[in-house]
This record gives sequence, C-alpha cells and structure tokens, in this order.
Amino acid sequence: MTDTETRLKALMLRGLDGDTAAYREGLALLGVRLRAYFMRRMSGAPGDVEDLVQETLLAVHLKRSTWDSAQPFTAWAHAVARYKLIDHWRRRKIRQTLPLEDHVDFLADDAPDPGVALELDRALASLPQRQRMLVSDVKLTGLSLAEAGARAGISEGAAKVALHRALKALAERMRRADG
Amino acid sequence: MRTDDLIDALAADAGRGSEPAPPRRLAFVAGLGGLAALLLVLGWLQARPDLGQAILGPMFWVKAIYTGLLGLAGYLAVERLSRPGGSGRRGWIIGAVVFGACAVAGIYQAITSPDVQAALKLLHGYSWRSCSPRILVLGLPMLALGLWALRGMAPTRPGLAGFAMGLFSGGVVATVYGLHCPEHTFTFLALWYSLGVLALGLIGGWAGRWLLRW
Repeated sequence: MTDTETRLKALMLRGLDGDTAAYREGLALLGVRLRAYFMRRMSGAPGDVEDLVQETLLAVHLKRSTWDSAQPFTAWAHAVARYKLIDHWRRRKIRQTLPLEDHVDFLADDAPDPGVALELDRALASLPQRQRMLVSDVKLTGLSLAEAGARAGISEGAAKVALHRALKALAERMRRADG
Repeated sequence: MRTDDLIDALAADAGRGSEPAPPRRLAFVAGLGGLAALLLVLGWLQARPDLGQAILGPMFWVKAIYTGLLGLAGYLAVERLSRPGGSGRRGWIIGAVVFGACAVAGIYQAITSPDVQAALKLLHGYSWRSCSPRILVLGLPMLALGLWALRGMAPTRPGLAGFAMGLFSGGVVATVYGLHCPEHTFTFLALWYSLGVLALGLIGGWAGRWLLRW
C-alpha cells in the first residue's frame, strides 16, 4: 500500500511539473485502484463502475490544485472517490423515483462492455464540435496537443486552453446528465 | 469513450493548471471581501468620530484581536475543508477556545457589575439592536465571493465548509466594523459580535449544502 503511495505521489508530482508521460502513468495506476474500489462497493452494473472511474479521474485532474503535496496523495484521491460514490448513490435514489428513466437506464446497462462507459460519451456528444474534436483527437489517434490544435486550426497554446475548458465542461455535463 | 482514451486527454492537459492552491484563493477572497466591508463602513456607517482617541486605548485592539482570531479560526477550518477529506479540526478548536475565553470574560464582567441596571447596560451597550445585523450585512459580499471560490475547490463536506467560510467572513468584516463601533465591553463583544459572526456561519452552511456540489 505504501508502495503505491510512494509511486503514485512521485508520478503525480512529476505530472504537476508538466511531465505528460508520468502523469498518464499515474492516472492509469490510479484508474486501476479506483476500479477495484468501486467494484468492491457496488453490486453488478460494470457500466456504472466505469462511469464512476471516469468521473473520478476527471475530478482528480480538475481539482488537483486542492491536493496539498505535503499530504499523502492516496488519502486525497480516496476522499475524491468516496465523495463521487456517495454522490452517485444520492443521484441514484432520485432516479429510482422516475420509472421512465429507470427504463432507459435498464436499456443502457444492457450491453455492459468493460472499459466503455456511457455517461462520458453522452457528455462528449453534447460539447461544441471543436472541443469534442480536440478531446477525441488527443486521445484516439494519440496526436500531440500541437497536432490536434493544428487540425482544429488553432495554436498549441490555444489548444491547451480549449482542451482544459472542454474537460471542465465534460465534468460539468456528466454531473448534470442525471443530477 | 474508453477510460484509457480519457486518460490520454487528461495527460495532454498535465501541469499545475491555472488554478491557484486554496490559500491563495482564500487570501484573494479576504482581500476583496474586506475591502467591500471597509467601503461600506466608510461610506454607509462612517468611522467612529473618536477613532483617533480609541486606537490609543486597549479595548479597540482587544475587539480587533477577538474578531481577527475568529476569522483566523474560520480561515484554518475552510482552508482544510476546501480540500477532499479535510475536517478543519484545528480551526474549530481555536474558534471554540477564543469564543469561550471572550464569553467567560463577558460573563465575569456582567456578574461583577454593581447592580442589575449596570449589567443590563453592559449587555445593551449603545447599539445592541444594530450590531449583529450590520456585521451580517457587511459580511454578505465576502461570503458570496467565498462560496463562489469554494465551488472551484473541492469540499467534501459542503455544509461545514460553508459554515467555516461564514466564520472566516464574519471575523474579517467584524474587525473592519470595529472602525465604526464604539462598544468597549467583553459582555457586548461576546454576545452581539459573536451572534453576527454566527449568523454568517449559519447562512454559509445552509447555502453551502446546495451550492457546493461538484
């Protein structure tokens, strides 16, 4: 456990200093932990587990300025995950009083595909086209931010800003999707 | 979208980002909120006419220290509560000790006064009706700004975080209010100042519960 803390913290600190590869590795490591954490606490619905993993990763990224690097990283990330899980349960309760949406959820959950979650796709689809392109270009084809920006017709600096905004909007929309 | 793809997009946005850490954001809130309170005191209530005299006496500073310490307690609590998993325990302990000390001094002052009339005079001062409401009004700009700032952070106990932000705001603006307020007893301070600060805390806690979700 302390091993994970040491490794994760080192990777996250390097990520904060702008090391993209270290940051990716750290988030991937955290993702594995999160998946196990949520699976232990939620019965069935692998789609829900993955939704939460993604929502938590987004939150970890967007709220990273609230991590005090004098404190353990895992304790902070655990508090984020716990908050997202409780929030999920709270929203679930609201949903269960709406039979129609229950039905939609039932259909949506019908094709559990591990690693693929639906809420993020829905949120992504609702973004303006340029933001959507930026998010999907950087991830799918593995383009650098500069290349993805060029494809969208903007500079690397502007692409960075636009990507950050898009991620913020994604988090916002994921929360609102069934809030 | 696969989680790995999301991680790629997040990694492309590596770095510290443009958002400062909580202490800097809270300092900004206190600076702007305190300035708003100062403008309100000077423009609306006006500084006490004997200010030049008052700053030479001890009670002016005792009041400022009391409210300043309440604000510090609120700051320490909200600085922790703005982060996931934070409890703000240190701030709560300091706040309770500071209030307790002032309350004990106020009660002592009241029971050692010569008669009931004098004790009531301590309790009422010159401005008991307006003191708490004025602190409340002076603190609303800072509280609103603070709650907005908290929304950009990550409080996992929204009610408590809002309450701490109210305490922080109340402490700061009550200190500014000392420029106007002529009261000079512990009894008055412990009751009416504390009530004004508490009101801001309660509003902050109530608003925080539904504003501070992320």
